[in-house]
Amino acid sequence: MSDPTVASPFLGLSQTIRPLPHFSRAILRVGLKDVARASERLDLALPIAACTATGGSAMGALWLGPDEWLLIGEAGLGNGLDWMAGITEKLGDVVCSLVDVSHRQVALEISGERAEIVLAYGCALDLSITAFPVGMCTRTMYHKAEIVLWRKAPDRFHLEVWRSFARYVEALVRQAESEA
Amino acid sequence: MLIIDCPYCGARPELEFSYGGQAHIARPQHPADLCDEDWNGYLYVRDNPKGVHAERWRHIHGCARFFNALRDTRTDHFLATYKVGEPAPKVSRP
Repeated sequence: MSDPTVASPFLGLSQTIRPLPHFSRAILRVGLKDVARASERLDLALPIAACTATGGSAMGALWLGPDEWLLIGEAGLGNGLDWMAGITEKLGDVVCSLVDVSHRQVALEISGERAEIVLAYGCALDLSITAFPVGMCTRTMYHKAEIVLWRKAPDRFHLEVWRSFARYVEALVRQAESEA
Repeated sequence: MLIIDCPYCGARPELEFSYGGQAHIARPQHPADLCDEDWNGYLYVRDNPKGVHAERWRHIHGCARFFNALRDTRTDHFLATYKVGEPAPKVSRP
């Protein structure tokens, strides 16, 4: 449920950090045999290849697991219910599970020349551009918090973190930033 | 840190995974027909080999899928990983 009064937990801008505005989000789970039909209905290709994302201007779909996607939409605050209703209607009779997680997590953008290094402080994955190319996304860990990391440009990452871990991740990113 | 090959996501750091016990243990079709001893065996008795062990792992902080792995309990070396439902691959002892 998108509530316009919910505040961002982040403290604010820094050189590499930018708290992103509110997004609408949903977890979509569809069996492999119904993926093509769901993609067609949504007018958005759900990525089949592991750890890849497709991003339209209105909605992005991130592969989280073989039958699990995170949909991120730019519906403004207060329009979350319409956004969910729109997706529900489009999916129609496709056998799937669709859960609104708009307020479960919040988003940070990590950008700039040092973005890779700052993230590498807490993330054990190889984040070099060859191992983690633009368009790759994955669930992983930043220190002790689970995050979803999505590379949107060579020097720009979209980071999703559960709301209650937001301050924790932000503080550690700031610390990394001060040391990197 | 160990690098574990998730059958879905590829090579990933150990901290994204959790252990799920011995693999290939089938639940009895008719538990009510089992004697206490057999039921106890199904519930609690597990192999404890010194060497290759087939076990379940879950890529909990990644794709969240369960898969099976062959691990050498002496060296902690992962010999193979494979999807649930597939038979354990043949591996040569290291």
